Formats: sequence, structure tokens, C-alpha cells
Amino acid sequence: MSNSPSLKRVRECVCRDDAKRIRRGAPQEKSFLFHDLVVAKSWNLLKPYVLASPQAIALSLFLIFPILLIGVVSFWEFNGYTMTPAFTLDNYISVFTSDVTLKTYLNTFKFVGLVWTFTLLIGYPVAYFLSFHVPKLRWQVLLFLVCTIPFWTSNIIRMISWLPLLGKQGLVNQILLGSGIIDQPLEFLLYSDFAVVLGMVHLYVIFMIAPIFNSLMRIDRTLITAAEDMGASGFGVFREVILPLSAPGIAIGSIFIVTLVMGEFITVRLMGGGQVASVGKLIQTQIGSLQYPLAAANAIVLLMVTLTVVFSILRVVNIRKEL
Amino acid sequence: MKKRLVLPFLRRSPSFYILAVFFGLFVLFLYGPMITIFILSLQGPDGTLTFPVRSFGFYWLGQVFQEQRVGNFVEPFQRSLILGGIVTVLTATMAVLSAMAFRAKFRGSTVLFYLTIASLIVPSILISLGLGVMFQVMGWSTNWLTSGLGAHLTWTLPIAFLIMLGIFNRFNPTYEEAANDLGAGDTRTFSEIVLPLIAPSLVGVGLLTFTLSYDEFTRTSLVSGQYNTLPLEIFGMTTNVTSPALYAVGTLTTLFSFSLIAIAYTVYRRL
Repeated sequence: MSNSPSLKRVRECVCRDDAKRIRRGAPQEKSFLFHDLVVAKSWNLLKPYVLASPQAIALSLFLIFPILLIGVVSFWEFNGYTMTPAFTLDNYISVFTSDVTLKTYLNTFKFVGLVWTFTLLIGYPVAYFLSFHVPKLRWQVLLFLVCTIPFWTSNIIRMISWLPLLGKQGLVNQILLGSGIIDQPLEFLLYSDFAVVLGMVHLYVIFMIAPIFNSLMRIDRTLITAAEDMGASGFGVFREVILPLSAPGIAIGSIFIVTLVMGEFITVRLMGGGQVASVGKLIQTQIGSLQYPLAAANAIVLLMVTLTVVFSILRVVNIRKEL
Repeated sequence: MKKRLVLPFLRRSPSFYILAVFFGLFVLFLYGPMITIFILSLQGPDGTLTFPVRSFGFYWLGQVFQEQRVGNFVEPFQRSLILGGIVTVLTATMAVLSAMAFRAKFRGSTVLFYLTIASLIVPSILISLGLGVMFQVMGWSTNWLTSGLGAHLTWTLPIAFLIMLGIFNRFNPTYEEAANDLGAGDTRTFSEIVLPLIAPSLVGVGLLTFTLSYDEFTRTSLVSGQYNTLPLEIFGMTTNVTSPALYAVGTLTTLFSFSLIAIAYTVYRRL
């Protein structure tokens, strides 16, 4: 602890002592304490790096290096069954000239837009209820935990859970048919865009709730009392005080939703049933046929698009104080 | 006057009831589908994939442990346990060390922080593809224990790290300084002061990390190699299993996760 005040004081005393001793011409070996402290000090300077290095190494190895390799491989050639090192723009040209690309991106953006809208419309009221209407901190934490539990369980199981509800012979159709509201089973419930959006909202809504809840909980409650005392209406308080102060939370939640949905391929596959397209699924299909360079070019474009959206969000809202 | 300061948040306004109903519906939305597969997994031998439930029983839960026509759950389950254990130990160690490092400002701390966040929010297909390409270029074959481990770490590490940061934020450094002043070295201070104090939280973080790894699917899906982990095996089943055994597996593995989460939340203690 180089910042520890007591240690600093000890060091100063010892230094002064040593300096005095050296001035007096005292034997040099007496200053072993000073030497020890120099070692200790350099260890203290070095310590954070040593402690942080395992994580830095793991992330370099499994995150940075693979993504750099994607960048490199996106310029390689593919001869039908294997990839060979080269420098060609063919992969990018075929990404940008294929009309599948544009359609897939538009479809993916549609999912991003819909999932973002619904997670916000569901997540904000839930977070608002938890932070402003649930009276005791104990209960706030408990109910928040209830919302987070499914996040720790299996995504696959959570998606499978929709099958007996939404299928052609599913519970929803049975109830609707039985009550006579419809006379044909609804086909759009499963293996459709609807099912994909529903599945993603179900999986990812917690990523919107948690950051908004966090920023709502940090709002100083006296600000609201002050606004009310100055005559603001309930909605006025929300619009002028609560909403601006929770904007960073919304921004962080939005970043999560955008990045999660942009690369989605599992929900699209399971809930979309083969007909629905997304960029993630396109890349997955290309990997399946071992077209790594083309998949890599697509992935780099996907990364750039995602980063652009994320940085646009960061430009609009300053999230720094939340971190 | 004092009462008025507190009351606006406790007063039951109409909006309270509207939002309370909304919250209730949300919880139903969150847990409802899971409950349906719990019910459907508790059927007799004549059960099907859809309602109505014809008879109740534990037939399909028992079937999970039998030799399956379409897949075997015991081995993937063992793989997931082994991988989860390794991931948990590695993640907890790295997260504790780096969270301790982050208490002091050091050069590159901002870069490492954003790198960790990036690991959390990077589109998962990039991890899967990146590791796949890396192993391909290196001439290694992908395997759940190598490339799978890497994929899991990119997911568990940032989450465990963020929780550990929060834990060390609340940790009072004077305990360590006292130990230091009394002559304990860094290692001794850690093992005798820091570790016992953070132990309950650490166990909680460990269990949550384990469930994350145990249930991880997207990042591992393309790099698991020849042998599947449990979520991958279940995903494979979705296309070719037409019996409630599918729901039974889902129920069992979800209950397993639930119990780990319950223990984690119970032992997790605020410092």
C-alpha cells in the first residue's frame, strides 16, 4: 500500500535517519532498512500490474487476439475447401455487393429496434416501480433479485419453454380456439419474427432493467421533494428530474441490447425456425460451410456497425458517472 | 413537515397499483414459460410435448438418466461440471487479483477496464468465430476444454470482475494497513485478513460464475469441438427429440441452477 499514510510516515522517518547517519559518516550497511524500503516501494508500484496481469493476459488471448485474427483472415483467400493467407478484398467486395447482406442487415436492425423498444417499455416501468414504489430497501433488493434469477439460468431452456405455449397446438392457441376468439390456430406465434422478438425480449430485458434500476436508485430523493415543493406535477417531476437523471442507465441498457441483438443467432435459429435471417445467423452459416474468410469479413463489418451504434449512444449520453 | 418529506414515496397512489400489476405481469412473463415446462415434464408415459396433461408422474424425469436414443446427458453433464469448476477457479482468482489491483490507480487501468467491459458486450458470434479462426490458424482442434474454456472466460470474467469491484469498493482498507503495520507481508495479509473477510462474497461470486459457465451456450456453440457440453447437447435435442424428456432435462438442469443461485444469494454478504 504505497498510499498508506502510516507507511509513508515510517519511510520519511527512516530516510531522514539514514540521511543523518550518512552525513555523520556512519557505516553504510546500517542503511539496509532504506534499501528494504526501496524494494518495498518498487514492489508497491509494481503490484497492481502483477495483480492485474492474469486478467489482462486471459482477455488478450481469448478476446483481442481472436478478433485481430478475424481482421487478418478477412483478407485471406478461400478456395472452396480451405483458406490460404493472401491479401484480397474479394471477401469485402462480396459482402458489400451481395443483396443478401443489405436485406440481412435491415432485418437485424429491425430486431434491434423492436427488442430495444420493448425492453425499454417493459424495463423502465419495472425499474421505476422497484426504486420508487417499493418502500423498503430489503424488498427492493429482493424483488430485483427475483428479476435477475432467470439471467443466471440456461438461455436454451428459457427458449424451449416457449415451445409448448406458442406452437400450433400450444397453450395460447388452445385457449384462443377453445374460447372461440379464433377458429384457425395462429401460425405467427412460433417460428416467426414475432417469436424471435418475444424470445429476445424475454432473454435480455434484465440487461435494460439492471442499469436503469441502478441509476434510479442513485437519484437523490430530496431533488424530487424540492421539485414537488416548487409546484411540479407528478409527470413534471418525472420529465424534468427523474428521466434526465436516469438517462445514463437507459444508455448502458441500450448498449447491452444493441450488442446482444446485433450478433444474435441462437434465438433467431430456435424461435425463427430457419426462415428468419440475421447477420449472426448468416455468419454462423458461413462458418458451418468453413468459409472462414467470408465469415470474418462479415464479422468485421458487423463489429464496425455495432461500434458505430455504441459510440453514437455514448455521444448522446454521458455514462461516465455511472461507472 | 417531516412527514411530508417521507410520505410521497410511501403514499399508495393509483400509479402504485398500476405499476404493481405491471410488475406482477412481468414476473409472470419471466417465469411463466418455465413453469409450463415444469408441469409438462411431470407427466406419465403417455405425455406429449403439448397440453393437456394426460397423467402426472415422474416417468420422464427418470428417462433422462436412461440411455437415450437421441443423446446421452450424463457425459455432457459431467463435462459441464468439469468445465464449470475450472472456469470458476480461474475466474474467481483473476477477478479477485485484478479487483485488488484496481483499488490503486495504475497506468493502463482504464484500458483494462474497458477491455473487460468490451469482453462482456462484444457480439457473441465474434468470440465464437474468433476462437474458431484462431484454433484453425494455429492448427489446433477445437475442444470444450480448450477453446470452450476460452469462450467461457470471456463471458464469466467481466461479470465476476464487476461484482468483485463492488465488493472491494465496500472493503475497508484500514484492516490491511493495520496488518501491514503489525508486520504482516502482502501474502499473509491477504490470507489472514482479506480472504476471510471476502470469503462469503467470494463463494457467492464463485457459484454465480459456475452457473454462468454451466449454462453458457452462444459463445461455446461453434468452438466446442467433437464433444458437447450440456447446453449444446440440449440444443441438439430441440431438433430431434419429440418426447417430454426434453422438458425433463430442462426442468432438472434449471432446478440445479436455481439451487446454486439460491445458495449464492444466501451466502453473498455485504461487507
